[in-house]
Amino acid sequence: MTNRKDPMGIGLQVLNRIASMPGIDKLGLRKTTEKAVYHGAKSGFQTAGVVNRTFKRVTSSGKPTRLSRTKDSGVFDLSPTEDQKMIVDVITDFAKEILRPGAGAAEVSNDTPKEVLEQTSEFGLTLLNIPEALGGLSEDRSTVTGVLVAEALAEGDMGQAVACLAPAAVATALSLWGSAEQQETYLPAFASDDIPTAALTIAEPRVLFDPFVLESTAVKTADGYTINGVKSAVVRGTEAELFIVGADLDGCGPALFIIESSTEGVTIESDPSMGLRAAGLSRLVLHDVKLAEDALLGDGSADDYRECVRLSRLAWASLALGTCRAVLDYVSEYVKGRTAFGEPIANRQSVAFMVANMAIELEGMRLVTYKAASRAEQGLDFAREVALARRLSSEYGMKIGTDGVQLLGGHGFVKEHPVERWYRDLRAVGVMEGSLLV
Amino acid sequence: MINLETPRKFRAFIDQANKVADNFLRANSRKYDLAEHTYPKELDMLASLVDGMSDSGQGQGAGATGVRRDDVEAADSSQRDGKIKNGANMSSALSIIEMCWGDVGLLLTMPRQGLGNSAIASVATDEQLERYKGTWAAMAITEAATGSDSGAITTTATKDGEYYVLNGEKIFVTSGDRADSVVVWATLDKSLGRAAIKSFLVTKNTPGIRVERLEHKLGIRASDTAVIVLDNCRVHESNLLGNPDVDPKEGFAGAMATFDNTRPLVAGMAVGCARASLELIRELLEGAGIEIDYDTPIQSQSYAAATFIAMEADWEASLLLTMEAAWLADNRKPNSMEASMAKAKAGRVGNDITLRCVELASTLGYSEMSLLEKWSRDSKILDIFEGTQQIQQLIVARRLLNLSSTELR
Repeated sequence: MTNRKDPMGIGLQVLNRIASMPGIDKLGLRKTTEKAVYHGAKSGFQTAGVVNRTFKRVTSSGKPTRLSRTKDSGVFDLSPTEDQKMIVDVITDFAKEILRPGAGAAEVSNDTPKEVLEQTSEFGLTLLNIPEALGGLSEDRSTVTGVLVAEALAEGDMGQAVACLAPAAVATALSLWGSAEQQETYLPAFASDDIPTAALTIAEPRVLFDPFVLESTAVKTADGYTINGVKSAVVRGTEAELFIVGADLDGCGPALFIIESSTEGVTIESDPSMGLRAAGLSRLVLHDVKLAEDALLGDGSADDYRECVRLSRLAWASLALGTCRAVLDYVSEYVKGRTAFGEPIANRQSVAFMVANMAIELEGMRLVTYKAASRAEQGLDFAREVALARRLSSEYGMKIGTDGVQLLGGHGFVKEHPVERWYRDLRAVGVMEGSLLV
Repeated sequence: MINLETPRKFRAFIDQANKVADNFLRANSRKYDLAEHTYPKELDMLASLVDGMSDSGQGQGAGATGVRRDDVEAADSSQRDGKIKNGANMSSALSIIEMCWGDVGLLLTMPRQGLGNSAIASVATDEQLERYKGTWAAMAITEAATGSDSGAITTTATKDGEYYVLNGEKIFVTSGDRADSVVVWATLDKSLGRAAIKSFLVTKNTPGIRVERLEHKLGIRASDTAVIVLDNCRVHESNLLGNPDVDPKEGFAGAMATFDNTRPLVAGMAVGCARASLELIRELLEGAGIEIDYDTPIQSQSYAAATFIAMEADWEASLLLTMEAAWLADNRKPNSMEASMAKAKAGRVGNDITLRCVELASTLGYSEMSLLEKWSRDSKILDIFEGTQQIQQLIVARRLLNLSSTELR
């Protein structure tokens, strides 16, 4: 309530008077102010979930199909396989030709173009972790491939990369932890020509969020579960047909639940954030959402949930690698061309050393991330390596992002150059939980 | 296939190296840190062991003899079958990590494992290799006014018939006192610049070479660091290592070849030293009830646990950068930039970690009753010698930005 005597209240009243002045139109300011107001309203924009397609329930008494672990070669080696090189080449071209040029427009629209999403589906990104038997591409776990793909996409644009990779996270979760019924019910859609928009969500919007201490709850009932809570970092939530949601099960710890978007009690709230604007981040508000028993993903084990958290952190570290490479390449060119005091600023140690240190830290975080991924696909314990990769990609990822702007000076601060977008996108790396998997 | 695990074939070897480091080096750490300049006689037995392993070919690069640049046979075979190798560069790096986990100073004073030995291995002719077999060679480059800018050394080598006469004063010569020969960098003609700098092997019994004094140091006190004076020291021309011609095109490369091979190893020293601190601080913290959890977000853990994870992350990065530099060398790929990246990261991180571990351990860490304070003194030199932090950054920057030494100075 604004108080006439309150300084803030008076300020607002003054603003209101300015807004009603005809003069504002003369100065061409109305459009700008209107946009700001619209945006403010859009933040609170709420909608029910889209009407999802019918996922035909399949009853199966078989065992779920799981990918096997990759064998330990026994040799320290940094060379990707021929297959990996091929995939990465294709994705890199796509990232360079399509994602990077389209990044600005995607940001403004708070979404990723349909054509881009379709193209990445065509590449088979959703199929990387679906077993061949279920229409996918793999026999063995291919965590390293997932990392390389995420890295290559993010070098083009992190926001669009996130939008493109989000449905694959749901497919991967079903592959890795779903029951046979769940796999046969939902995976065919992911292996089809018309991939459902889908989102995996673990994060909740509060300070010092810990994915192992969830406030969203799932209460066991006679017919199944009732879910309540608010989830964040939901990628393209307003379009998603299918969600996998983390919630605390009866006070015993977190588990994952499959929720179709048309379910009563599901509301999506658009949540435009500092960066990743092309990913259409939103919040999922769940109010007494009633689910059947088979909504619990797999057997709801703590191990599965933990693996989910770890693999999602690994995915975010991978994205950081790509975006940091974009920053490094961009600033390297810039500092060689920009002159001051009679020569390129690259000739100054303080500038050159900032660039050198970016490269050193990027290479360090790249190796630690690859190590975590290679351990994961070999079935080795990778909790430590993921924690280290997350720490490095969060700390140095952001340092690279902020140095990227610094090296361009004032030009780095304006939207004419992409470094300010990379600065905003890179802050996500240490913040995000869930949303993606490798 | 991308895989960053320790090569299977080296796991047993590393385990052995660790036991050796524990029993011969760590066991004697404090003793020789306090008794600076006392000869560590325990190492003689260890040195014979290493010599035996090197000679039998089972050494797997345990010694300083490293990899020769013109190892043609190996090059052909790996190019022919395209198979990825984990070879002597990798095993040397991994073994030095274990040794320095034990004690950096004692590693540096291992008989017959001097930097001069690496120089001989890298640059000497086959005849010289044979002639100098079995010597313990120190390396004398730095002068009081010339460190990073090694191209500016002023020690001279003047031709006199079949001999060279050496004059000058070298400082910071590791093992300068204990070694039985010294590889001395001198210029044939200062007016011809770097291309005229050559290295000469001088045996200690040659008239005109003397150890002037030993330094008292902050750390690596078990290693003797000498000032060596060359006073009209006459050496036969056959003591000039490698090619006596002054070739402006080849310039400095011959002499510097040694460092491309040793840079990943020095990174490895920092990795090993820091690991010692990390392991001990972890033990102390867990003993005090601090839980280090890899799943709980770092910001929700205690400061001590969060700091530990942050240190461990930087350490892991420095380890893998070191292994990458070694891997590239084993597989005949250029590794100069990666070697400098490894040395830069490991050097600074090694120092940060060892110092912070003292901080976390309070006065227990500060006391000479714990090795934590010693490791934090030892680590400092690792960010300085064989190319300082700043020189490494310069090398990386020049490569990355494709700038010459006249552009980026």
